[in-house]
Amino acid sequence: MDDTIAVALRVNGRTFQGRCEPRTHLADFLRHELGLTGTHVGCEHGVCGACTVLVDGRAVRGCLMLAAQADGAEVRTVEGLAAADGTLHPLQAAFVEAHALQCGFCTPGILMTLVEVLNDTPDADEAEMREALSGNLCRCTGYQNIVKAALTAAKAVSGVRGA
Amino acid sequence: MKPAPFRYHAPRSVADAVGLLAERPGARLLSGGQSLMPMLNLRYVMPDDVIDLNRIDTLAGIAEEGGRVRIGGMTRQRDLERSPVVARHLPVMREALRWVGHIQTRNRGTIGGSLCHLDPAAELPAIAMLYDAEVSAISVRGERSIAMAEFPAFYMTPALEPDEALTAVTFTPWTGRTAFGFVEFSRRHGDFAVVSAACLLGYGPDGRIDRAALVLGGVGAAPLRLPDAEARLTGSRGTSEDFTEAAAFAERIEAMDDAHAGADYRRHLARVLTGRALAQAVARPAA
Repeated sequence: MDDTIAVALRVNGRTFQGRCEPRTHLADFLRHELGLTGTHVGCEHGVCGACTVLVDGRAVRGCLMLAAQADGAEVRTVEGLAAADGTLHPLQAAFVEAHALQCGFCTPGILMTLVEVLNDTPDADEAEMREALSGNLCRCTGYQNIVKAALTAAKAVSGVRGA
Repeated sequence: MKPAPFRYHAPRSVADAVGLLAERPGARLLSGGQSLMPMLNLRYVMPDDVIDLNRIDTLAGIAEEGGRVRIGGMTRQRDLERSPVVARHLPVMREALRWVGHIQTRNRGTIGGSLCHLDPAAELPAIAMLYDAEVSAISVRGERSIAMAEFPAFYMTPALEPDEALTAVTFTPWTGRTAFGFVEFSRRHGDFAVVSAACLLGYGPDGRIDRAALVLGGVGAAPLRLPDAEARLTGSRGTSEDFTEAAAFAERIEAMDDAHAGADYRRHLARVLTGRALAQAVARPAA
């Protein structure tokens, strides 16, 4: 029962190989096997959204997917957001600017959710943005500044596209 | 928490999956994982074997065939939400999907998983009940189809044999002039509904309602059709008085009593939300 299985996947453009127990979920695999501790683990039953990562371009709960299921997948985590030279992603820049985080525990999950939202609906209004963020819990901020940052980043991203 | 250890199987074909299921009693099928994974993490379930359906490509997809829409069991909720076929033929499903969890869970969650988990307040089983959908199941013994009305065996338990797997859900869209409504009440967006109400209305050439379907989620052990209310509406002009009287039937049902809401409150919501679903339908008639 404790046989480990091989998992090979790409994370933030780099190829990784590791072994884990079948029961290991993706967020634990990223943290413990690959040392990518930017992805946080909160409730482990799919409610808080802290472990959100992109798998093949889609935001998913890292705790509700087995690492074995990500074999062959393209994963993106918060470590992959900033450019190689350290330039922040527009979302990260907007979060800094709007003071959209306090303790920061929920932030990686929120950022990765918003990557998909900004890709799909960069013209989302405030109500749509709040609905899109409903799967990420933050216990510090009251969400005001998170929503503000998300809308600012959306504007920045669509501005770049329009140009 | 972490799941108890299990053996993991990732078959590439339906035949291999049902073969494994027949060999390994007590194995759990893993589809989108948005219910089973929390149950594993919390150790509500501790199966010896988990059979992952995610590597079986043939189980996902949306196809129009002979006036019907066949949706593979592994089709993601997010793909349904974005499907032009769903938008055109099953618009009430599209409306209901907005209420299913969140982006991150809809990206993984599947229609087959929702139906088999069969939470009494879940939206997709209610929509399947609304359309009298047909569920296809397979085992090593063969294939069969099950009418949605017969699919819930009891609370959160589908009428599948232990060696059977759901493969598809087939919907027959309503034709002619139709209208639809879907509303629900939950404490937080994305939560399971305390009560949800869905309706489909079909209109004849004389402008009268010639066909009606009404479903309540969250009140009984499984989604509940309201045949009395449907009969009250059929043949009517769909005036606000017709709707008020039809909605009154929703309050005469037996409702669940649990930590989230009492039975009286659920009955109250059932009437109010049925009325709102009907009002929404006529305020926004579909093609």
